[in-house]
Amino acid sequence: MSLVEKYPKEVKQILSKYPPEHKRSAVMPLLFLAQREEGYITKAGMQDIGKILDITETEVASVVGFYTLYHDAKAGKYRVQICNDLPCALRGADKFLEELCGNVGIKVGETTADGLVTFETVTCLAACDKAPMFQTQGPDGINYHENMTINKAMEVIAGLKYAGKEVK
Amino acid sequence: MAHVVLRHRDIPNLNQFDVYKKNGGFSAFKNAVKKMQPTEVTDVVKNSGLRGRGGAGFPTGMKWSFIDNKNWPHYVVANADESEPGTFKDREIMESNPFQFLEGLALCSYAVAANVAYIYLRGEFWQLAAFLDEKIAEMEEAGLLGNKILGTDYSLKIYTHLGAGAYICGEETALLESLEGKRGQPRVRPPFPPTFGLYGKPTIINNVETFANVPMILANGADWYKSMGTADSSGVKVFSLSGRVRRPGNYELPFGATFRELIYGEKNGAGVQDARQVKALMPAGASSSLIVVNGDDKILDTPMDYASVRTLGSELGSASVIVIDDTVSIDWVINKTIHFFKHESCGKCTPCREGTYWMQNIVHRIHGGDGKQGDVDLLLNVAKQMQGKCLCALGDFSAMAVVTGIERFKGDFDKVVKV
Repeated sequence: MSLVEKYPKEVKQILSKYPPEHKRSAVMPLLFLAQREEGYITKAGMQDIGKILDITETEVASVVGFYTLYHDAKAGKYRVQICNDLPCALRGADKFLEELCGNVGIKVGETTADGLVTFETVTCLAACDKAPMFQTQGPDGINYHENMTINKAMEVIAGLKYAGKEVK
Repeated sequence: MAHVVLRHRDIPNLNQFDVYKKNGGFSAFKNAVKKMQPTEVTDVVKNSGLRGRGGAGFPTGMKWSFIDNKNWPHYVVANADESEPGTFKDREIMESNPFQFLEGLALCSYAVAANVAYIYLRGEFWQLAAFLDEKIAEMEEAGLLGNKILGTDYSLKIYTHLGAGAYICGEETALLESLEGKRGQPRVRPPFPPTFGLYGKPTIINNVETFANVPMILANGADWYKSMGTADSSGVKVFSLSGRVRRPGNYELPFGATFRELIYGEKNGAGVQDARQVKALMPAGASSSLIVVNGDDKILDTPMDYASVRTLGSELGSASVIVIDDTVSIDWVINKTIHFFKHESCGKCTPCREGTYWMQNIVHRIHGGDGKQGDVDLLLNVAKQMQGKCLCALGDFSAMAVVTGIERFKGDFDKVVKV
């Protein structure tokens, strides 16, 4: 099913934000829509968006490749994205990351055996005063988890098993 | 003193429409739309001395007056792409005092006769974007946005637009490219956005905090605003304080408050963690030139305004003060900042794309203990070669901490390299 068939209301609402002669502006919100269910954007999804906006699939792909929140490959259902940039690292983010990897038993870039969680490191998430922190990117969008301890983080990860049933 | 931008800290539930309205909200916008000419709004902002809060500190009223009135339509864009390591103020403003920001955005739109405004938020702020959409809908329902506002001929629509994780989109022309549905790579300037902006049309872009100041300036007057801060930097600033302090967070202070007040004030940072000494400061986030402190009282007593921070060989920028204590080695700091800029370089211009790549290679070697003395000189050389040669400020930013880190904290590098 194409994006328009699946989400007719959303596509229309997104397009209404931009002047019709500049509808290419809708590429970013449409990509978020296309990524919603699988957690990554398929080739068919890119072709769909190209058709809606009268641009080539290559042009869509170049946008996907540029921004870090778009993914073109499958990963765990949830991406746990830990910030270890300078301000967070000054508040213990590197040690937190190392311990969390040890506790969960995966390294950065790896996915748990049940396919639930992939660990990634990310650059600044504008939450430097609440480090250590990470965000989860999954079917229920992006959520911040701040002022983390290992125990709290393990609870969040355990909770992901049951979260995200409802697609917002 | 009562807060100006972080007013929600004095007034509970200020993010609710009725509470904001009861506390004088929307009066400045109503008055402007009904009784003032657009240029009069710009003049008040000009006279207030308000400077852009995103980092560059450009006079806001002057920017608005540059809008090209021979080319239509006009657009206004709020830069809510907050991504500089150490900066987390715009998020708090939008979450807790959203109407003041939206009213400021509406006032600017009226001043430059724009009928459409976009708020470009970093993609991680998607819940915040949905929250702002609700607030915008409430204003439309009250007749403060939409067609023929308050019975006048003025119409304004405000839309949110989400980025998707790219620091470079905080650069205003990269932001515009991104908003146009392309990769967020900076444009060659000039022309500047007030003449050639979104879709090639005249566009005013300001930071969230800049807009949040505007309703208070219109309501209380330019002289009231100028009575705070310094001659060079009028008004108040939200300082994002992070790193090795006891109470990291956002603190609103008048320009000219000292680093000591921010870091050691009981209501502010409350001192350094574990009572250590301040070794270095980065007043503008990861883009900063490092200020040597080493416990020097004179440095800590420097007023935080654009001109004074410059005398320390740095810039105030977005006032994202990262505190580094004496347990930290500067080669580690540089390793972190270069990793960030290498990741965020957009790849359009060669000095930045190649420079950040090579800087990362060299600093890995040095920080990993495999560096030789010549590597430090080589790193400094690469950083200096980049300065002034990149298409946008990001390239120069990436070299700031490298050059000043090596020049001002040479001992930290000597310690980790092989002789």
